[in-house]
Amino acid sequence: MSTPFLSVQDLTVDFHTEDGVVHAVDGLSLGVEKGTTLGVVGESGSGKSVTALAVLGLHNPETAKLSGEILLDGRELIGAPRSVMERIRGAKAAMIFQDPLTSLSPYHTIGKQIGEVFRRHTGASRAAARDRAVEMLTRVGIPQPKLRVDDYPHQFSGGMRQRAMIAMALVCDPDLLIADEPTTALDVTVQAQILDLLRDLQEQTGTAIILITHDLGVVANTAHEVLVMYAGRAVERGTVREVLGEPHHPYTWGLLASMPRLGAPVDVPLRPVRGAPPSLINVPSGCPFHPRCDYPALAGPGLCRAERPELSPHRGHGDACHLTLARKQEIVGTLVQKREIVR
Amino acid sequence: MKETGPMEETAPERDTAQAGTGSAAGRAAEPLLELSGLEKHFPITSGLVFKRQAGRVHAVDGIDLTVHAGETLGLVGESGCGKSTTGRLVARLLEPTGGSIRYGGRDITHASRRELRPIRAEIQMIFQDPYSSLNPRHTVGGIIRGPMEINGIDPPGGRDRRVRELLEIVGLNPEHYNRFPHEFSGGQRQRIGVARALALDPRLIVADEPVSALDVSIQAQVVNLLQRLQRELGIAFLFIAHDLAVVRHFSQRVAVMYLGKIVEIADRDSLYERPRHPYTHALLSAVPEVGLESAPGTGPRERIRLAGDVPSPIAPPSGCRFRTRCWKAQEKCAAEEPPLVRLEGNREGHLTACHFPEAPTVHGRDVVLDPALA
Ligand SMILES: Nc1ncnc2c1ncn2[C@@H]1O[C@H](COP(=O)(O)OP(=O)(O)OP(=O)(O)O)[C@@H](O)[C@H]1O
Ligand SMILES: Nc1ncnc2c1ncn2[C@@H]1O[C@H](COP(=O)(O)OP(=O)(O)OP(=O)(O)O)[C@@H](O)[C@H]1O
Ligand code: SF4
Ligand code: SF4
Ligand SMILES: [Mg+2]
Ligand SMILES: [Mg+2]
Repeated sequence: MSTPFLSVQDLTVDFHTEDGVVHAVDGLSLGVEKGTTLGVVGESGSGKSVTALAVLGLHNPETAKLSGEILLDGRELIGAPRSVMERIRGAKAAMIFQDPLTSLSPYHTIGKQIGEVFRRHTGASRAAARDRAVEMLTRVGIPQPKLRVDDYPHQFSGGMRQRAMIAMALVCDPDLLIADEPTTALDVTVQAQILDLLRDLQEQTGTAIILITHDLGVVANTAHEVLVMYAGRAVERGTVREVLGEPHHPYTWGLLASMPRLGAPVDVPLRPVRGAPPSLINVPSGCPFHPRCDYPALAGPGLCRAERPELSPHRGHGDACHLTLARKQEIVGTLVQKREIVR
Repeated sequence: MKETGPMEETAPERDTAQAGTGSAAGRAAEPLLELSGLEKHFPITSGLVFKRQAGRVHAVDGIDLTVHAGETLGLVGESGCGKSTTGRLVARLLEPTGGSIRYGGRDITHASRRELRPIRAEIQMIFQDPYSSLNPRHTVGGIIRGPMEINGIDPPGGRDRRVRELLEIVGLNPEHYNRFPHEFSGGQRQRIGVARALALDPRLIVADEPVSALDVSIQAQVVNLLQRLQRELGIAFLFIAHDLAVVRHFSQRVAVMYLGKIVEIADRDSLYERPRHPYTHALLSAVPEVGLESAPGTGPRERIRLAGDVPSPIAPPSGCRFRTRCWKAQEKCAAEEPPLVRLEGNREGHLTACHFPEAPTVHGRDVVLDPALA
């Protein structure tokens, strides 16, 4: 098989801090084809945003050490010169950032910030850039875009700022779009609208999309494939149907079980994954999930502590867990029966 | 543990209690918080050199709400409909342009800073963003002590002891006292925000999307924590969130806002199981769910796609504000603003603002879909 449009192999990202080396991403591989969406879910602090920033070359080389391979359309991005990365960002690959307030400048109007990106990549005139900004604001559903294009970010509500960010990311019709929690700040009807917008864009231009989100419902409804991350590693990967319908990794089970659901009884407390997130400086030995996992005993004596489970196979549905397939299926069956997991 | 009750003089003044606007749920006990006709308009200016007022954003446009002691009122609605503004008005971080806010039976709408002092401690806010709402240069201990220092409060046993106690209440290790916010994950930071909000024994917490930024597991931890605090300390919440499943889990009553107005308000079960306002139907139908195999008997839920754009809060539509996107709109909807009232067949306290409400559905999933919009 040929390499996917975006191919990440064995990526590691380390931060050197006073306390020690933070292993934020630790041997991650993923691929996204044009015209498809990869949903990335996982614990807060598991390295999702750090991975996204690595793809766009946005890490400070002084503090972040990268290794591995990032190929975009066959071209290596790790170590690419800044001028190349600058050309790629915005035009070829764009990102919707998690935090719209810190990624929009408070000193410039929304319209100016959107227009600038367009001008930089197309050389359009100021007037054309402004028209394009209004057009983009219209597309993301900002009411009265002609009036609001001259607003400053603080005059927008949280959700409107998020939509402005999306407009900025889409202004040059990128080939790869990384959307980091693009709809978390939005109500469900606008969320649905934005997800439709991304889908339309994908249909029209064949954009490859990486959708980082903690909302498994959003993943179920928009992604083709899913990657579940824990402690800087991929612990499960597959199509939406495989990962959410036949989840194989205990952490994925934990995620599904902690979700509040509209139909669930309200008097039962929610069920978070027990224990605390792992240290990324002293990452737990073997399987990094073992201190919080309920099943190491079933995997074999001492195995989970001693040996790091590798994600297998290289394509298709795979997970990084020592349990046998039969055991996993049996446990999932029980969890579904107890209605701890709904699929 | 609430025995410190720092502010005796703010105990509800029963004699000033009034019926308010008549839209309250009609309970016997006086509400802790009562908003009547509350309004916040922001001026919009245009022109770079000569600023002209080009219009006003009707962010919050005459809303009536009550929150009772110890309960959670969930507030949901379209992005930009005025939820945060409402929260900030309640916490008195913004000055209202109209209407009134009563707290503990007392009108605090335009109370001065000095008059507000005792109340400031009782109404606390938890912000959506665990990243930017904590000062990165202060230790966790310093952050949580802050409100006590500003308000000159000395809890018995000293401030430090209180801080360690609070860290324990929110499930953090007292050893974290001297650490800085960047050393914590998003979920832990959010708990620091909760501990800070609890420092002054609040009676009401305005929580503006406190869990939106958290992954589902940590979200579950924080929701369980807030629920436990409510049970143990009797704190009331105004809980703003987008996630309707979380709101359902945590709120006893829920209000739905659209473009600066409350369009529906009811107790939880009534709202989720028998929504009457078309917008509430649309909201419930748009919740993305994991269900690959839907629950037996319910079938796949159909999503109502709202036609048209979100109207502008600068020039809201006449009559019913939802009419530009409503599949049931008729002439009357443009001419007359529908009052927020109890409809026939609804439970007490279930109020809806619509001329042609949807039939009360047996189940939230039986969404009536207009074929023209499919
Ligand atoms: N500049 C940095 N210096 C040190 N550590 C960092 C830096 N940036 C990120 N980290 C750490 O790397 C880890 C991964 O962070 P990342 O932001 O990718 O998490 P995430 O999966 O996006 O989480 P969330 O869902 O909360 O956004 C975290 O533990 C974080 O504290
Ligand atoms: N300082 C301001 N100046 C001008 N307009 C403002 C200001 N603050 C808020 N607004 C406007 O008021 C309206 C309501 O904003 P608010 O932040 O209350 O919405 P929200 O319901 O919290 O939305 P979200 O769910 O997106 O956070 C929006 O149209 C917003 O642009
Ligand atoms: S490898 Fe062991 S510890 Fe890790 S998830 Fe599987 S059973 Fe749990
Ligand atoms: S009043 Fe009319 S326009 Fe408004 S929600 Fe009801 S039917 Fe729709
Ligand atoms: Mg992130
Ligand atoms: Mg808001």
